[in-house]
Amino acid sequence: MTTKKRLSRRSFLKNSAGVAGMVAFSSSLLPRLAQAKDLTVGFIYVGAKDDYGYNQSHAEGAAAIKKLGGITVVEEENVPESVEVLKTMESMINFDSVDLLFPTSFGYFDPFVLQLASKYKDLRFEHCGGLWSPEHPKNVGSYFGYIGMGQYLNGIAAGHASKSKKIGFVAAKPIPQVLLNINSFLLGARSVDPSITCQVIFTGEWSLAVKEAEATNALIDQGADVITCHVDGPKVVIETAAGRGAYVCGYHANQSTLAPEKYLTGAEWNWANVYTNMVQTVQAGNTIPNFHRGGLAEGFIKMSPLGPAVSDTARKQFEETQAKILKGNYAVIQGPMKDNKGNLIAKAGESFVETDVALESMDYLVEGVIGSTSS
Amino acid sequence: MPLDSPLLQHLARRSEAIAIPLIALAAGFILFALFLLLQGQSPANYFALVYKAGFGTAFSWQNTLTRASPLILAALCVALPARLGLIVIGGEGAIVLGGVAASAFAMFFPGATGLVGLLLMGASAAAMGALWIGLIGLMRYGRGVNETISSLLMAYIGVALMNHLVEGPLRDPSSLNKPATYPLSAEQRLGSLPGLDIHWGLVIGIVSCFLVWILMTYTRWGFSARVAGGNVRAAQVQGLPVGILIVGFTALGGAFAGLAGMVEVAAVHGTANASLASGYGYTGILVAFLARHNPLVIIPVAVLLGGFEAANGLVQRRMDLPDATVLVLQGFVFISILISETLYGRIRLFNPEHWKITPATMRENS
Repeated sequence: MTTKKRLSRRSFLKNSAGVAGMVAFSSSLLPRLAQAKDLTVGFIYVGAKDDYGYNQSHAEGAAAIKKLGGITVVEEENVPESVEVLKTMESMINFDSVDLLFPTSFGYFDPFVLQLASKYKDLRFEHCGGLWSPEHPKNVGSYFGYIGMGQYLNGIAAGHASKSKKIGFVAAKPIPQVLLNINSFLLGARSVDPSITCQVIFTGEWSLAVKEAEATNALIDQGADVITCHVDGPKVVIETAAGRGAYVCGYHANQSTLAPEKYLTGAEWNWANVYTNMVQTVQAGNTIPNFHRGGLAEGFIKMSPLGPAVSDTARKQFEETQAKILKGNYAVIQGPMKDNKGNLIAKAGESFVETDVALESMDYLVEGVIGSTSS
Repeated sequence: MPLDSPLLQHLARRSEAIAIPLIALAAGFILFALFLLLQGQSPANYFALVYKAGFGTAFSWQNTLTRASPLILAALCVALPARLGLIVIGGEGAIVLGGVAASAFAMFFPGATGLVGLLLMGASAAAMGALWIGLIGLMRYGRGVNETISSLLMAYIGVALMNHLVEGPLRDPSSLNKPATYPLSAEQRLGSLPGLDIHWGLVIGIVSCFLVWILMTYTRWGFSARVAGGNVRAAQVQGLPVGILIVGFTALGGAFAGLAGMVEVAAVHGTANASLASGYGYTGILVAFLARHNPLVIIPVAVLLGGFEAANGLVQRRMDLPDATVLVLQGFVFISILISETLYGRIRLFNPEHWKITPATMRENS
């Protein structure tokens, strides 16, 4: 039955790709247009769906589109970035007749998504985090959000809450997306008090609970009193830090239930919104842009509700800054600015707005971050 | 009444090694079926899905065989030292470092393409793996370091070293968010078997198993290794070069694991990156034990486990079972196999004496 659905949609796509005038000509197309809304969508996660983090944020997005009419969702978790994801996607194509695939982990993109997209040209592959460029297959899209802005807002909440003027960041790997988050977190805090420093510890892995706990403890031992992180599942960091009495800022998903008193706010993905829009675009017969990005204003990310420990002054600055970011073209990196080795990264008057592609190849930590990009 | 037949005696002796693992395998499946029932799931449904997604269609077979190929090479890394009585469980380290060696070769010798280039790339990966696991053999022989513990710890070091090299000296600066080495050129890649969606790694694995079987069965070295595996002291008394055997067999096992890493780089990833550490080295242990370290049995066992892994996704999607389900199955099977090791020589049916007519049995029967 699902095969039949897919065939009808495929033939619909083929037809609609033809001359526009055909629409008037082909009367059989119109009733199909109404039916073509049935879609089978496959989601693939690199970790557990309930990791309180990256994968949960995507699974929440998948749960949201299940509620839409005419959508069947198939999901698979803990799929490694190896030949396994290639075969998982192909298994979904063969056995579940999926029309649209969301392989959500960064490492799935090259070579696996690209390879399969060239083989199954009439299916749509939407990948999270990759950098689609025109030489890639046209049936591949990459989407991502400017979540650094969320870490900047986290930093504002942290800057007000910190008494020791030392904040801490548990990070997975020194790659551009992570470095931007660390820098944004510190710069947010420095917008409150320029004397604040942020210590960063890299664990070297996306998901390694023991090292995450050790890093959190080490940061607190060295005086940090607000902690955030960029690892796949922030659960361990949040629980360890709150257990030690430090304040916490969340990441990826809402972790406030893990530390209701100590949770200040959090930078969350808003995939429910993004996926609903993308799926409805396909259902309407339109194409999703191959390179799809958005921030707070476009509803790609959102902030967790402010926790009870957030003061009124903090709330005021948080909300004012959030309003500015919502207007767009907000720049966290504004010159003159140096990295933590003393090199100039932005000249006076130079600034990098959130959409600047240069930020996607960031390789430095700004002045005030204690740590090194070569872990 | 027992028959005095040399054929039956021969069959009894030979069938023990086949029947006991099969019984253990069945026991593992039955335990797993009970586990599924406790979860309120239908075992019949599970095995039907495994059949469909593992062996039921052309795609399923290609999926299964693709997954089996790294397991075959990884299992040889366990099976070879096991003939000497050594339990090496750290093949993962040799796989990832073999992958790094292969990509480093491709990076420094971009002109080495085609068959010669691939052979040299495979050789450098095998040499790296041999060095890594051979070192474990050397520590065992020279310093009496327990090879099980040291190989496991060396696997952690190997993965850390791989991460360091991939994120540092060998990194392609344009690999932004997933650090990786420079990608192999199309001429440096290992392709698919003609007309199939299965890479050449499967053939490399099967040929390797046959070569190891010949080595173990028909050569002086294989014989010496089995003697030393049975009793090291006796072997030493006989003047067998135990040190060379231990280092040689661990190194050879490591070479196959290194080759598995090269296949991952040249056929699957196209670069060396953190995803090389995907646990094949550990599943290889299960394959080798299930095959009782017989290189030819490794092939069907790897295919069987590959099939279960290939079906895992469909099971997750259709039965809403967590992906750890297949780990539970592997755990049950592994434990039954280990327990079944104690059954050898205990079942009378498999004792040739049981099928022999002796004066004593003749008296009993008369």
